[in-house]
Amino acid sequence: MSLDKDTVRNIANLARLEVREDELDHLAGELSNILQFVEQLAEVDTDGVAPMTSVAHMELRRRVDEVTDGNYPEKVLANAPERIDGFFVVPKVVE
Amino acid sequence: MSELTKLTMAEAREGLKAKRFTAVELANAHLAAMAAAKGLNAFVTETPDLALERARQSDERLAKGEAGAMEGLPIGMKDLFCTEGVRSTASSRILENFVPQYESTVSGKLKAAGAVVLGKTALDEFAMGSSNMTSAFGPVINPWRRTSDPSVQLVPGGSSGGSAAAVAARLVMGATGTDTGGSIRQPASFCGLVGIKPTYGRCSRWGIVAFASSLDQAGPMTRTVRDAALMLGSMVGFDPKDSTSADVAVPDFEAALTGDIRGLKVGIPKEYRPDGLSAEISKLWEDGVAMLKDAGATPVEISLPHTKYALATYYIVAPAECSSNLARYDGVRYGMRVEGKTLDEMYAKTRAAGFGAEVRRRILIGTYVLSAGYYDAYYIKAQKVRRLIADDFAKAFQTVDVILTPTAPSAAFGLGETDDNPITMWLNDVFTIPTSMAGLPGLSLPTGLSSDGLPLGLQLIGRPFDEETVLKVAEVMERAAGFTAVPAGM
Repeated sequence: MSLDKDTVRNIANLARLEVREDELDHLAGELSNILQFVEQLAEVDTDGVAPMTSVAHMELRRRVDEVTDGNYPEKVLANAPERIDGFFVVPKVVE
Repeated sequence: MSELTKLTMAEAREGLKAKRFTAVELANAHLAAMAAAKGLNAFVTETPDLALERARQSDERLAKGEAGAMEGLPIGMKDLFCTEGVRSTASSRILENFVPQYESTVSGKLKAAGAVVLGKTALDEFAMGSSNMTSAFGPVINPWRRTSDPSVQLVPGGSSGGSAAAVAARLVMGATGTDTGGSIRQPASFCGLVGIKPTYGRCSRWGIVAFASSLDQAGPMTRTVRDAALMLGSMVGFDPKDSTSADVAVPDFEAALTGDIRGLKVGIPKEYRPDGLSAEISKLWEDGVAMLKDAGATPVEISLPHTKYALATYYIVAPAECSSNLARYDGVRYGMRVEGKTLDEMYAKTRAAGFGAEVRRRILIGTYVLSAGYYDAYYIKAQKVRRLIADDFAKAFQTVDVILTPTAPSAAFGLGETDDNPITMWLNDVFTIPTSMAGLPGLSLPTGLSSDGLPLGLQLIGRPFDEETVLKVAEVMERAAGFTAVPAGM
């Protein structure tokens, strides 16, 4: 699989990563090389093999649905780039 | 160089108990070494005042007879572990000013055991790399030098390269690492150290900055096998805060070092001898097999037929998980923010400014293999091959007790000796990635020097949750190899 500039632009948008127009060619080449490398997996017969999502053979543990943590807004907001009155601040999202 | 910095952890533990020196003296000796070795760039953040305060507390506990298992022992903490009140960067611009309000489980356990943290060690950005050259804060220098040309600066390996350089240079007695595809074992090999990635689930991942969550594991990097056993014991254990933490008993790892490996069967996988494997590495491996034979173990040739697909599998699974995990860096709740006219523009500008080239590359690959239309062809396919790789090991472990392979295909390379192709760098981990894919414990220990005077490591791989056999065999090999070389000037 060889990626073109439009595809790279689209992936970058999905990943919310700004990529300069003059970087697209180089990135397309680099990513295409990597995809060509991983495409060797096509030669492995995986018919009837179940995908492995985790090496840990375990059931997801559950706990009682009750509040066990919280009540420290100062800690939650301590690293916020911008905050007002106990809230995170983002650019305006509603017109 | 103080005599105190030459001690192993086990020796220092005895010295503290016998009151031959204090934890404060031990900390001061290492802090002096750290101050004199700034050129290595091993630490992102040094915390000498905190360390001395902790050492004073250790001395009090020692005096009262309340010493923990690592009381007063100076260590480095990879800057991927969140440490309460101490900046934790993952060696990335995007977390340059991030000060966690909580302590990771593993670093908390080490503190509770009495370990004295001297600072946060550098890594490849978000643990993505094999050279420490992707750190946003400059490369780390390996204290080892080539005998043929000591002027060439070498990489310490990665991603736990700052930890490796700090332990090798005697700035700390041990350090934490994390290993996703080889990030403890490869730098251990490059710096002449013992490094163990335990079984997936052994160490809690809670509070460790996530890279690829189905692979990430923490482990110790030390100068001896006994020290690795000692430190591992203070890092492991069930943690309800990590949903993949294993609820299994914690053995006494030091007690496993019996020196007796008679009758053990050691698998030698033929697939780890690819065309082009260096003669030096090949010889190192054969010497390792001979050591085990002399100690009464039996080498058995085994086959792990899907080995050659492990690297390609990893470079689908790991970037996919990385692209998902790193979505959290959005400039809203913590970390860097670059303003934009809209929310989306703010996200995109923040992430472009905050992530380096290798991280960006992996996010893009991960996003692509998870995107509609490609998910089955890449991601599901890789998960299927991953199972075949894990099954190979499971089958081998029906007949052998432990597996011996080289750790890395070469000794440490020079800072400027890499090419632009990322896949060339990824090949460093060709022998360590299969173990990670299968979630098995893997240990690297130094058993010889290259013709150029650089350390070379061998890897021991064990059954799930059988770190004890891995450590036991490693200690026997450590004695047989008699690896006493140290970096010049140590």
